[in-house]
Amino acid sequence: MDPNSPTFIFLNAFLINNFVLAMFLGLCPFLGVSGKIKTAGNMGLAVTFVMLVSSICAFGLNILLTRYDLEFLRLISYIAVIASAVQLVEMAVKRFSPALFRALGIFLPLITTNCAILGLALFQTAREYTFVQSLAFALGAGAGFTLALLLMAGLREKLDLADVPSVARGAALSLMIAGLLSLAFMGFAGLGG
Amino acid sequence: MSTKEPEAMTLETFTQGLWKDNPVFVMLLGLCPTLAVTNSAMNALAMGLATTFVLIASGFLVSLLRNVIPKQVRIASYIIIIATFVTMADYGIKAISLDLYKALGAFIQLIVVNCIILGRAEAYASKQTPVKSMINGAGMGFGFTLALLSLGVVREILGSGTLFGIQIMPDRFQTWSVFVLPPGGFFVLAGWLMLFTWLRERKSKQEAL
Amino acid sequence: MSAGTSSSKLVITLGGIAVFSGVLLALTYEITKPMIAKNESEALEAAVFEVLPGAVARENFRLDDTGLRKVEEGSTEEPNLYAGINEAGERVGFALPGEARGYADVVRVLYGYNPENKQVVGLQVLSSNETPGLGDRIEKDPAFQENFTALDASLAHEIETVKNGEKTEPWQIDGISGATVSSKAIGKALRLSTNEWVPKLNAALEAGE
Repeated sequence: MDPNSPTFIFLNAFLINNFVLAMFLGLCPFLGVSGKIKTAGNMGLAVTFVMLVSSICAFGLNILLTRYDLEFLRLISYIAVIASAVQLVEMAVKRFSPALFRALGIFLPLITTNCAILGLALFQTAREYTFVQSLAFALGAGAGFTLALLLMAGLREKLDLADVPSVARGAALSLMIAGLLSLAFMGFAGLGG
Repeated sequence: MSTKEPEAMTLETFTQGLWKDNPVFVMLLGLCPTLAVTNSAMNALAMGLATTFVLIASGFLVSLLRNVIPKQVRIASYIIIIATFVTMADYGIKAISLDLYKALGAFIQLIVVNCIILGRAEAYASKQTPVKSMINGAGMGFGFTLALLSLGVVREILGSGTLFGIQIMPDRFQTWSVFVLPPGGFFVLAGWLMLFTWLRERKSKQEAL
Repeated sequence: MSAGTSSSKLVITLGGIAVFSGVLLALTYEITKPMIAKNESEALEAAVFEVLPGAVARENFRLDDTGLRKVEEGSTEEPNLYAGINEAGERVGFALPGEARGYADVVRVLYGYNPENKQVVGLQVLSSNETPGLGDRIEKDPAFQENFTALDASLAHEIETVKNGEKTEPWQIDGISGATVSSKAIGKALRLSTNEWVPKLNAALEAGE
């Protein structure tokens, strides 16, 4: 498959180089919000949504910054744009779909400091993706994040009932599960080649 | 360490971040860079030092401006200040070594969203004097560097048989590639956390006796 | 903090911090710019010399539909290939980029092409994310690198990767056993890039002479 095709970029961010399990982006919510499958799903949805919006914003912003030779302001403006995008999304969702707002509500503010969002914007700039490629990248990353979160939540719901040695309880156990998931995801390498 | 500050400038100001409140092992903050760039000791060291620089510099400036910045816009101001220093660190590393810059990739710029830094600005630097904020920031930064190094060293020795790029394991040592791959990061951090939990549990048991 | 922070004060503070950041960053950018440019040019130079044996100097060129043009240092035009010059001042060949999908991610290479005898004379992997210990042998394995000292790129036959030990023709690349996908990726990167660029380059060179 052509490495620059949107399909491959999507698959790459979704499975092969999964944002959470291979690139370690968005670990805080991954470990924090993965207790229940339902919350995990809503969080994933919110993140995907914000990723799409900020990917589009970052793409436009980068064109402007490059044109006026202001690359050194990239990081500051990305952060500012992401923070305002999250605010805007929050207001829009609240106004137009109260049901969705209730589902996403508390997660939206948290997303501003989610490094997966800024990481997405930075990686898409570094790899010089076109607009369509950026969209595929954002969708893949969001889907990958959601998938990882859902898998983790499913496993942790089961493990609540298990008898774990006291030294391994809590974060250490979550990290070991994440390691095993990451190992499993390495099997996706070569997919679609 | 300068101890000219009149009051409450104790060794604790510095050591708090090293051990008791170690940002990675105790507070579980800043995990993204911790796991992503620690596949070799050199990368871990560079990342740790870059973060330390940002912690010290932003701690100083935030503390200096703590009476000027209105409460309503403090988070926005902190983020601008932090992003400024991160960009400086980014250009600095690029100017020092391109190879290192390539190895760390976008993770240098992701220091901006490292919760340790914003957390320190909000919880410490916005209330304390500039000198104390810098020292506390340095302590946190070194604690973070130490944590990164303890992951990087283990992963590099087991995964590549080298330390800082120098071969230290015998030739017949079969390298465990999984440790330099993403899963290894999770496993090694889990291992360290278990070790510390075990040590703490043993200590509290001994005290109970 | 004084009571009653008006919105104008908020704007002034934020604006002040933003201006300060901007100035600081512009300054850093100006200071590090020449150092970064020097590093980048040195890294590129090293790669070009690596793939073109005998080269001691580099010239930048741009090849597109209008033909082959020399790009001077400091020009705004992006060069897309580089010529290596040996000590006698003769052009020893061109360094061209190529990329293809590897096992884990995209593999990017730079290879040297000698238009005199229509051969690939050297290859360097610029970036790859292949499995350590298996796929990443495409970067250092000396036997594999031997493939690229005189690989036929006359395009009478397309470049292809064959199984380890089955190389019989000069346009074939002897793969690494245990790293089939990664060796094939190199072959594919070379095939795609030579098919696209070599005819254009040859035509431009003939037209120029």
